[in-house]
Amino acid sequence: MEATADYAAERKYDFDVVRWFTIMAVVYLVVGAAVGVYIASELAWPFLNFDNPYISFGRLRPVHTNAVIFAFGGCTLMGTAFYTVQRTCGVSLWSNRLAWFTFWGWNAIIVLAVITLPLGLTQSKEYAELEWPIDILIAVVWLAFTFNFIMTIANRKTSHIYVSNWFFLGMMVMIVYLHVVNSLSIPVGLMKSYSLFSGVQDAMIQWWWGHNAVGFYLTAGFLGIMYYFVPKQANRPIYSYRLSVIHFWALMFGYVWLGAHHLQYTALPDWTGSLGAAVSLAMIIPSWGGAVNGMMTLSGAWDKLRTDYVLRFLIIALAFYAMSTFEGPVMSLKTVNALSHYTDWTIGHVHSGALGWVAGISIGAIYHLMTRLWHTEMWSEKLVNVHFWTATIGTVIYVVAMWVSGIMQGLMWRAYDEYGTLAYTFVESVAAMHPYYAMRAVGGGIFLLGAIIMLFNVLMTVLKSATAGSLREARGMPAVAVA
Amino acid sequence: MADKNTPPKGLQERMERNIWGLLIVVAIVLSVGGIVEIVPLFYLKGTQEAHRFPEIMWQEAGTTPIVSVTYETDEAGNLVRFKTGDRGQFLKKDTGEFVQDPRRGQVRAVETTWNWKPGDGIRPYTALELAGRDIYQREGCYLCHSQQVRPFRDERERYGHYSLASESMFDHPFQWGSKRTGPDMARVGGKYSDAWHQQHLRAPRSVVPESVMPGYPWLDNERLNPSKIQRHMKGLRAIGVPYSDADIEAAPGLVHGKTGMDAMVAYLQVLGTMARLDPGVMYRE
Repeated sequence: MEATADYAAERKYDFDVVRWFTIMAVVYLVVGAAVGVYIASELAWPFLNFDNPYISFGRLRPVHTNAVIFAFGGCTLMGTAFYTVQRTCGVSLWSNRLAWFTFWGWNAIIVLAVITLPLGLTQSKEYAELEWPIDILIAVVWLAFTFNFIMTIANRKTSHIYVSNWFFLGMMVMIVYLHVVNSLSIPVGLMKSYSLFSGVQDAMIQWWWGHNAVGFYLTAGFLGIMYYFVPKQANRPIYSYRLSVIHFWALMFGYVWLGAHHLQYTALPDWTGSLGAAVSLAMIIPSWGGAVNGMMTLSGAWDKLRTDYVLRFLIIALAFYAMSTFEGPVMSLKTVNALSHYTDWTIGHVHSGALGWVAGISIGAIYHLMTRLWHTEMWSEKLVNVHFWTATIGTVIYVVAMWVSGIMQGLMWRAYDEYGTLAYTFVESVAAMHPYYAMRAVGGGIFLLGAIIMLFNVLMTVLKSATAGSLREARGMPAVAVA
Repeated sequence: MADKNTPPKGLQERMERNIWGLLIVVAIVLSVGGIVEIVPLFYLKGTQEAHRFPEIMWQEAGTTPIVSVTYETDEAGNLVRFKTGDRGQFLKKDTGEFVQDPRRGQVRAVETTWNWKPGDGIRPYTALELAGRDIYQREGCYLCHSQQVRPFRDERERYGHYSLASESMFDHPFQWGSKRTGPDMARVGGKYSDAWHQQHLRAPRSVVPESVMPGYPWLDNERLNPSKIQRHMKGLRAIGVPYSDADIEAAPGLVHGKTGMDAMVAYLQVLGTMARLDPGVMYRE
């Protein structure tokens, strides 16, 4: 361990806020995954809705998506962005106070979401459900985050802006555009509003938001994480600078066009859908550019995968990233989309990205941060390895269940019998899904188990660090045990 | 890495060394896709089928009320008293607004006459349908039910005519959905009886044993709030939904004494029934 370098960093940078974001990210991973497993179980065993409005599927599903995307993903992004921007710019945060405002503001938003969504207070736009007063708060906190990040870069000691910061910056700017435009609405009550847009335009704006929440929030931001944490953990420079430049600009330009592929064969004009599909196909190249750049960083050091569990998380995440960014363009092809749209295949695709890529790279980065921020080894390396296998196996079970059920649904809906009539009623397709919905709940449950193990391991590590007084020692204070 | 004093080579390096330059260029690059794909949808005439086929619209929207409501007048001749929940309220007939009634109101009968019938064309939702749509949003129905029939043979046979953009032009926000855990709802109107819908919403598996839908028994206990729905209609009118003054004035009479269940069923029963679509006409390319 480069203890002395980490001690120096501890004294130089604002890491307290990063520590809190890191811990909360792990807490929200458990919460978000637990709600996910519960709603997955509701689809397999519908009695679990208990005729209770606050836990019925339609109200809990946004709680799940908001918890994993904005609570877990958000805390991870904010924590890692504040960490990497300081380390790569060689300066402390422009404003530590503003960073704390970002922390408390973001967590207040999460609490408000957990209260309002089960009450049915929703704008009913996917991943943008929160009502207008909360939307305003999101905009304020996000701008505070972005401004602090930019000003820290402006203060930097290094001459060049490191590549991970380009990606973070791209994400921040795009989310401002998306969130503001997609949330425009007319309030008709304290917690009720109607979208300013309607019908086909609203659909296009929503999926422009929807796909770019994936493309920027869940991809560009996490590529920013990848570009810092993979080389750091592998202790090797990034494979190709040139590749990172090309795939950065291609991603920034290209991703924003993809939303239209969510609306193939709908009342959206054909030109828009085709444009979306064409650019989607082209996006394989920049996406794989990122995946290759990350993986090849390990060239010459592949043996590290045998011993370094954290690196395993980072690399399996890149493998899932490569896989789902191949699957995505395939699904945007009109002929495939005709079958896959409206089915569980989409859910499978999302989760191979969300569990495999986003959660994988986040978990790897968080384990990396744990040792650097608390100045101690993980409480248990073995449990990190157990987590790796539960996360991977859980994800694979989940994704396979949804692939099978999705393709089966699509085929059953369009099947004809020998008399030329529809072979199956809709409800027969619902009944046929039962085993796969149960399998999905099991896969999600295994993933959740891994997340709980991680939370336990993380908390024990914090305790261990506190007991040994590692943080005080790092700060140059006398090492007094505090626990 | 070059140090700070060497001049930057090329645009890329210039941006890597200037955060403001990078910010501006990124902001420009990011805006292109959205502008090209979204902005034309607001002005290209081909986007709304109603432009070429005006007959799918109800031409009287905004001038004739969808449902005319005759309120019973009190002794004074211009006030009607309602009782909503425990609060006595009366309606000022000239403005259509609710005012608290210190005398506690009486429930009075109202007479309704429809000026629109299914097939007459696309129109805004009535107060009761809109209340149902609010509940549809609140319960997250759109997460499992799409409202968008695609132009395929199997979808035509299963659900009906493919959906048109103009059919959801008054939907703020759109409810096309993205998933069919349950069947599409775009043309469910008129396919089942009101009684079937009520039973199915209360206890889905009592009607369809294989269903995985949650039950919504609480809709029966929910009283609609007339002044709230009126406020919602005014909000929608402000962003372009053509409600006439008479529509807004009629709102309390239409939802008075109705339950969430009544509203939900009214909404489901109107879905897809507004326009009479001719199977021989190519509405969309």
